Amino acid sequence: MKFNAMTAMAALMLAVPGVALGGPDDDTLIINGETEMTTKAPLPAHMEEANMDMIMSGWHFRSDETQALEMDDFDNPGMIFVDIGQEQWDTVEGTEGNSCASCHEGAESMAGVRAVYPKWDEKAGEVQTLAMQINDCRESNMGAEPYGYTSGQMANMEALIALQSRGMPVNVAIDGPAQETWEKGKELYYTRTGQLELSCANCHEDSYGMMIRADHLSQGQINGFPTYRLKNARLNTVHGRFKGCVRDTRAETFKPGSDDFVALELYVASRGNGLSVEGPSVRN
Amino acid sequence: MAKGVRPRVKVPKSADAGEVIVIKTLISHKMESGQRKDSDGNVIPRSIINRFTCDFNGQNVVDVKMEPAISTNPYFEFEAQVPEAGEFKFTWYDDDGDVYEDAKAVAVG
Repeated sequence: MKFNAMTAMAALMLAVPGVALGGPDDDTLIINGETEMTTKAPLPAHMEEANMDMIMSGWHFRSDETQALEMDDFDNPGMIFVDIGQEQWDTVEGTEGNSCASCHEGAESMAGVRAVYPKWDEKAGEVQTLAMQINDCRESNMGAEPYGYTSGQMANMEALIALQSRGMPVNVAIDGPAQETWEKGKELYYTRTGQLELSCANCHEDSYGMMIRADHLSQGQINGFPTYRLKNARLNTVHGRFKGCVRDTRAETFKPGSDDFVALELYVASRGNGLSVEGPSVRN
Repeated sequence: MAKGVRPRVKVPKSADAGEVIVIKTLISHKMESGQRKDSDGNVIPRSIINRFTCDFNGQNVVDVKMEPAISTNPYFEFEAQVPEAGEFKFTWYDDDGDVYEDAKAVAVG
């Protein structure tokens, strides 16, 4: 009897494929048939105690159809916004008579930038996100109005800049002067919020690969931001997404661009150290 | 003229005679349905691409009538047989009377 039960169990285990419902797949992300992306990577050193084996891009948690949209730039609706971002890049605004291109020339000069942000800014004496740096440039060097932190224009510009780093590994610094902010972000990541009393980790570390009602829980990586979401047919920024997530725990959210979200962005970005920069990615 | 409208087309540069190729088209357009209201309660007027056509050497390939429920940035993917070298011509018709065009040549052999 005992033997039979064990045989039955073994047979059952064989019958169930390795991929559970909602779990990540083993597909390979190659964009335009030429750029192979690192979508799975070993845990960064600082995550040794985390309840997971490896880090994975959210791309693995999506259906084949959604995945395919990101594999060809023509099919990726996020590229429309990159084009608009390019127009913004070349447009002279503000009192100084400058566009982005006046100082930085082509957008290609931004290669590698997305991969290391958020990062410590010596002059400002704080950790700055890419969005803060863009607005700093607009205000100081262009004399132009800053973009809204999670606005469409900001997302377009971030998408254009992220694209220049496509395929490069995320590599944000968490030591030195950035460490204090990083610790704060980590604290936030593991702090339960809202009426549902959920921390980021409850879903994205403890339960990734499972279903949350009708949706798949990913690891909550931000290497693919800004992200084109099929649900709202536009680009979504990191802080916009954070806000949505915290709201879903039924909490009062932090403000996009606030110190709390900047710290959280640094911490979450560091959890993706080693994954390719994917933005603009396509998700549900 | 509606803002930010830009047609894009992806067609193989060459094909064998009689080969069936895949054509992808997309036009960035807000596709305002005419059903929505602004914050003051006024109806936002309808502004959509209402027709899309593709012709090959003067012969029609597809002719699509489009309706307000079609979402933003309409994308069409379809197959076409290439009997000879020639040019695919794509045309989008906007509610405001604008016509957007694009063309792609295909070599045979």
